[in-house]
Amino acid sequence: MMKPYLTIILLVLGTLLFKLAQASETSIKLQQAHIYPSDKASLQRGAKLFMNYCSGCHSLQYMRYQRIAEDLGINEKLLKENLIFSAAKPGDPVESALLSTDAKNWFGVVPPDLTLIAKIRGVNWLYTFLHGFYQDENRPWGTNNILFPEVAMPHVLAPLQGIQTYSPLKPEQPQPILQLKQPGLLTAREYDQAINDLVNFLAYTAAPEKLKRQYLGMGVLLFLAIFAILTYLLKREYWKKINQRSL
Amino acid sequence: MANKLVNWFKQRFPIEKTYQENLTRYYLPKNFNFWYLLGSLALVMLGLQLFTGIFLSMYYTPTAKEAFASVEFIMRDVNYGWLIRYLHSTGASFFFIVIYLHMFRSLLYGSHKRPRELVWLLGMLLYLVLLAEAFMGYLLPWGQMSYWGAQVITSLFSAIPVIGPKLTLWMRGDYMVADATLHRFFALHIIAVPLIMIFLVRLHIKALHYVGANNPLGIDITINSKDNQTIPFHPYYTLKDLWGLAIFLLIFTLIVFFAPEFGGYFLEPTNFIPADPLQTPAHIAPIWYMTPFYAMLRAVPDKLWGVMTMAAAIAILFVLPWLDRSPVRSIRYRGWMSKMALFIFSLSFLGLGYLGLTEVTPWRTLLARVFTMGYFAFFLLMPFYTALEKSKPLPERIA
Repeated sequence: MMKPYLTIILLVLGTLLFKLAQASETSIKLQQAHIYPSDKASLQRGAKLFMNYCSGCHSLQYMRYQRIAEDLGINEKLLKENLIFSAAKPGDPVESALLSTDAKNWFGVVPPDLTLIAKIRGVNWLYTFLHGFYQDENRPWGTNNILFPEVAMPHVLAPLQGIQTYSPLKPEQPQPILQLKQPGLLTAREYDQAINDLVNFLAYTAAPEKLKRQYLGMGVLLFLAIFAILTYLLKREYWKKINQRSL
Repeated sequence: MANKLVNWFKQRFPIEKTYQENLTRYYLPKNFNFWYLLGSLALVMLGLQLFTGIFLSMYYTPTAKEAFASVEFIMRDVNYGWLIRYLHSTGASFFFIVIYLHMFRSLLYGSHKRPRELVWLLGMLLYLVLLAEAFMGYLLPWGQMSYWGAQVITSLFSAIPVIGPKLTLWMRGDYMVADATLHRFFALHIIAVPLIMIFLVRLHIKALHYVGANNPLGIDITINSKDNQTIPFHPYYTLKDLWGLAIFLLIFTLIVFFAPEFGGYFLEPTNFIPADPLQTPAHIAPIWYMTPFYAMLRAVPDKLWGVMTMAAAIAILFVLPWLDRSPVRSIRYRGWMSKMALFIFSLSFLGLGYLGLTEVTPWRTLLARVFTMGYFAFFLLMPFYTALEKSKPLPERIA
């Protein structure tokens, strides 16, 4: 077989080459979102935030109201009274009221559907994005975003967070700094929590089967572990003869 | 009664003969190791893909307008649709893992050498067909990566002189990847290619059983000998394979249930955006099992030469049995040059696979060129280093 030292030298050499080849991507460092798919209270708060602040423009077209209610433990009365703001029935998907032609006229783009956004962008990206709005008089809505420059979306959550300002990047500071100029309804901590709930909810809509999948997965793994032990013992029993014969 | 029924069949169909030839009297060397599990695992993966594919096709809609939504419908509204879909999508990646290891086994123990050249050729044909099957299947979810991946790969054919543009148009059925392309890829993916695959698998196994299996020592063993070197497939290897299957399924289900997208490597994040012919993604990368060839394509500055390099990388696999001049089969008895060459080849292939996933930088392009040369050098220099090196003496028999 391959001489061990040669293998090690080549492996080290290979790793070094890869390190060199890795481009140093300069970008905003993402903040960490904490995802708890089984935290129903957080998911419910997230759903409430979504329906109140996001669903005016963004749809969840692959997600039905009823499914959300079932998974999050919300009864139908509460669902109809607090989460459905359109003429939709519980079995309908979560569509936004915004027409795409209007959206084009008002924002220049059609706001994307958010069902799968957590899979597309990642939860940390969403968390950072929703913290990244700052005042910018050059933009049509008076706001810009550090993570997504020139974003068409206005800072819808400004009443909650307040208004942030952007201090220009100095050479010694690695990250741009946003400062709260005018406080909103929530404290910074409460806002962090609210955004975490919202991101948690979007992670749920991207993979509503996740909890069930992991639960079933445990059972399958347990079964296979037992199956593996039994097949190994059976194999060993049969192979005893073969192994003895060669002695 | 049951006996009578069995007898009725026995008189009309060679049940016993088939059973004996393929199982109880199919003799194999007794020293098979891990690498010899992969053939039967590949068969299981084929079965799983066929089985899950049937159920997916019951709910999937192959139209540009509805394809993406129908996949999400399967993931959300169909009972256990997510399970079937994840088994299929993660299954595709695992199929390739198994196949790549299966092919590597051949390089390790010289299974492609006489008298198993035809087994190797049929296997390479299967690999080529599997690549086509996977490529067409990847279009079906109709996400951005599906769409632009197909757009890039089909456009490669336009680099062929004279007939290129017409050929591309004929393949796509439109001036770009569109509804017509999705329809035909669906038809090919679920009917035509699977049928070809099943037929080729049958031939691959038939040819293997005719010449007999190789073994880690790479020495010739008379089939059906009674001198303690061989054992029948059933019950010995059926049980060993079953145990191997259990371990394999443990790993497979761990991924299916806990990381089905495998951090974006088995299902790419960009593919959760519906296909948009007007918006090209910033970074188009094929799925991991195709990236070694994609890296080669990008490493060559000219499109036509790049396509030819890619084609040559696969074509050269077919002539491997005739490039290998070593008097021994197994790596265990070959000289240091063969060992070195196989190591460089493996490193190059893995390196290219990694580079194909990442964005281009000048450093990476240079590295991709080095690895491309490493890949080809393994084959092109093989007639020389296998003939030049001194191999170790072979054992008489399996100890």
